Amino acid sequence: MQVTSSVREPLVTGGKTVHDVTEDICRQVEGKPSKSWMLGMAVSLVALLIGAYAVFMLVWEGIGVWGLNKTIGWAWDITNFVWWVGIGHAGTLISAILLLFRQKWRMSINRAAEAMTIFAVICAACFPGLHMGRLWLGFYWALPLPNTFGSLWVNFNSPLLWDVFAISTYFTVSLVFWYIGLIPDFASIRDRATNKISKMVYGTLSFGWDGAAKTWGRYEFVALILAGLATPLVLSVHTIVSFDFATSVIPGWHSTIFPPYFVAGAIFSGFAMVLTLLLIARKLLKLEDYITREHVELMNIIIIVTGGVVAIAYATEFFIGWYTGVEYENYTYMSYGAATGPYAWAFWALIICNIIIPGTLWFKQVRTNFITSFIISIVINIGMWFERFDIIVMCLSRDYLPSSWSMFYPTIYDVGVYVFTLGLFFTLFLLFSKFFPVINMAEVKSIIKSSSSKKN
Amino acid sequence: MTEERFSFTAGAKKTLVILGIVGVVLFVLGTVLSMSGGHGHEAHGEHEETALNAQESASLLASADAQDEGSAHAEEHGEAEAHEAGHGEHHESAYWLKRIYSNLWVNNVYFTGLAIIGLFFVAVQYVAQAGWSVGFLRVSLSLANWIPIAGILMFVSWWLVRYDVFHWTHASLYGPGGDEILQGKAPLWFWPMESGSALPLFYIVRMVLFFALWYMLFVWIKKEIFAEDINGGVDHWRKTRKYSVIFLVIFGFSSSVGAWDWVMSIDPHWFSTLFGWYVFASWWINGLAVIALITVVLKQNGYLSIVNANHLHDIGKFIFGFSIFWTYVWFAQFLLQYYANMPEETVYFLQRLEVGNYTWVFYLNLILNFVLPFLLLMTRDAKRHMSLIKVVCPIIIAGHWFDFYLMITPGVMKLEGGFGFMEIGMLMIFGVAFLFVALTSLAKAPLYPKNHPFLEESLHHHI
Repeated sequence: MQVTSSVREPLVTGGKTVHDVTEDICRQVEGKPSKSWMLGMAVSLVALLIGAYAVFMLVWEGIGVWGLNKTIGWAWDITNFVWWVGIGHAGTLISAILLLFRQKWRMSINRAAEAMTIFAVICAACFPGLHMGRLWLGFYWALPLPNTFGSLWVNFNSPLLWDVFAISTYFTVSLVFWYIGLIPDFASIRDRATNKISKMVYGTLSFGWDGAAKTWGRYEFVALILAGLATPLVLSVHTIVSFDFATSVIPGWHSTIFPPYFVAGAIFSGFAMVLTLLLIARKLLKLEDYITREHVELMNIIIIVTGGVVAIAYATEFFIGWYTGVEYENYTYMSYGAATGPYAWAFWALIICNIIIPGTLWFKQVRTNFITSFIISIVINIGMWFERFDIIVMCLSRDYLPSSWSMFYPTIYDVGVYVFTLGLFFTLFLLFSKFFPVINMAEVKSIIKSSSSKKN
Repeated sequence: MTEERFSFTAGAKKTLVILGIVGVVLFVLGTVLSMSGGHGHEAHGEHEETALNAQESASLLASADAQDEGSAHAEEHGEAEAHEAGHGEHHESAYWLKRIYSNLWVNNVYFTGLAIIGLFFVAVQYVAQAGWSVGFLRVSLSLANWIPIAGILMFVSWWLVRYDVFHWTHASLYGPGGDEILQGKAPLWFWPMESGSALPLFYIVRMVLFFALWYMLFVWIKKEIFAEDINGGVDHWRKTRKYSVIFLVIFGFSSSVGAWDWVMSIDPHWFSTLFGWYVFASWWINGLAVIALITVVLKQNGYLSIVNANHLHDIGKFIFGFSIFWTYVWFAQFLLQYYANMPEETVYFLQRLEVGNYTWVFYLNLILNFVLPFLLLMTRDAKRHMSLIKVVCPIIIAGHWFDFYLMITPGVMKLEGGFGFMEIGMLMIFGVAFLFVALTSLAKAPLYPKNHPFLEESLHHHI
């Protein structure tokens, strides 16, 4: 018997029935694309095309077209890489960790969040790939494949290689998890399909799902196992991304707190992106009864918690930098030198966007308001981009030798490749939101009885 | 729901008193042995190999330290320690006394953690609106009754142990010819007093403030929780939630600073940004194990029938998961310092790995706190059976005592740390006192909150 305490807010409003859920979600897939969808798609495609030009020039000319210099060998490229990987984390957190914790409120947001994870990881993977300059040789360089280049072999001691393993595993598990969740819903769409093409397409996608009790049993079993696998993966991916920096002896990068701090930051930024996307989706796709004020508040609370963890990590970095007594520490991204140096604007952008503005979420009026939540979610996305930019560029810009000190100036190709991934991300997400059910119908139906508000 | 009350019977008290007496006897025995055994080197004299290793590592450590200390203090470690007295300073305490001090501090920190985690667990359950855990929330809350005692013990014993446990308290380190690195850090401890002052004001103020805040929140939360029994309704639940949020914010900050102050500053040259969370992870998993163990023992004595295998399964998952989390934090700290191989960082692990007295603890720590809980709690059934919880929790509880032993002892005792009757005895004394306080308070109120808004959910919890 399921019991739900009366102090819990309903998770589905408007007195929906099980049938209403099917209707509300499938309508989007079955109908014609809306005008706003077309407009969004057009903008995304333009960004994608402009970006594609930058990518083409980059591959054609080599990475010299970026603004990197001898002192600052990583800048926007790796910043964007870490930013995108981080965004991906929220999807897995919602789908796996919240599943293990049996949080019912994940039901109506997990599908979109998982899709976001997959698209974000694809965008992230663009950067290390393009950074290699010769993308087509990347497989030899990044994977431990037997090759014909003599003794050339991957460096197993390098965290960059661990990254390849971690992210490819993460991507695979996330994809399988997402897809298995989609199968029952594809079957629903197949069963409702009125024309031959969609019957065939969704029929193929649903793998002959028959909805038998035994099939459901297996489905739930697989979901649990994948959740168990995905949970350590969420931790491992950003841990290893943090190792890219922390295993070095660069002041500001070499810090033992990096692994958990990066994971917390990743979830922080990922939830901000989930909010950005879902706040738009709930309006455009008319999902107000499924993605409720309660959902937004709960996501904002996760943002408060992970933001708090990140703030403690910043304070720790600042403090230990001073505590070591090492003079180089005064040039790291979290130091007095950073707050007053040539990159002070980037330092303060980070503090304002990641701590001060999200701090307003402590007020209930702010975190339950859709507009303020939307604005803050975008601010956090910007702030978390600056966090990675600060860690990478500021720490590199002050080399051990003052004669090597440098600044980084992005070229249009730095910006262009970033625009490319943004275009790619939104194109993929819009395609998803049109052709796939954006809410997991099967799972939402399972909580209609226990967590839905009654019709007035 | 009817009320259920725990009675702290005379029989149980008697058992605890006997255990306490055994602890005192062991402690006295250990002290006498360490007095007659003399210093660590002689004590280990019969093991030629150990002594050799110790010497090797002594020179290793001295060379590593020479790099980050002022030249005047390079001799700090190893046999040269006795010269310290020549600075016109406080004389080094006798070996046995120093060992008692070191031990006292290990238990201070360990039991402080246990007490504060009792409150932390409750606060997390309230903030997260967790329904499953209602049945044993009060077991967790009862641990927090140790907070004021932990505070007083820590505050009083600090003055006693400071010159032996906290190297940075020595006035000769500051001023001309002193230790440059510690001079830089001095304001953290002494501000606004002069560096090397007998009153490290900033440090002491922090200690008092943290315990005061923790205790204050504990009193507030406790008051609301018990008022709910009488008045019912959800207002007390909401208020407890509010206080829990305030507590979590304070705890998030103070647990890290406490770890720096009370543990990391024992090795004053060494630093690790992860250290605050490492200490937290150790406290947290240990607290979970104690909560689970007390719950199971209560159940086996006929109490808490509302807690069943489903609830145990969930707390078992927590123990399993956070054992892995502790290992994760341990590994992150170890790997990054090992990989970068900077002398001022690796010295910490060299002291623990290369000094014969501690090598076994280093590996034991990993076996007790990772390997065993990981393997034993892996299956679903293991988490649902009281017999296995009763095996795994004591392993973890002992394991994390060793974890704190390993964080503190090498910094205090250098090459001469030991483990014997003294350590076991003092742990037993602290443990008995702790249990007395916790169980006494547990007996004062109903065992579970009958008006908790999630009680019904917890009763029907099924996984």
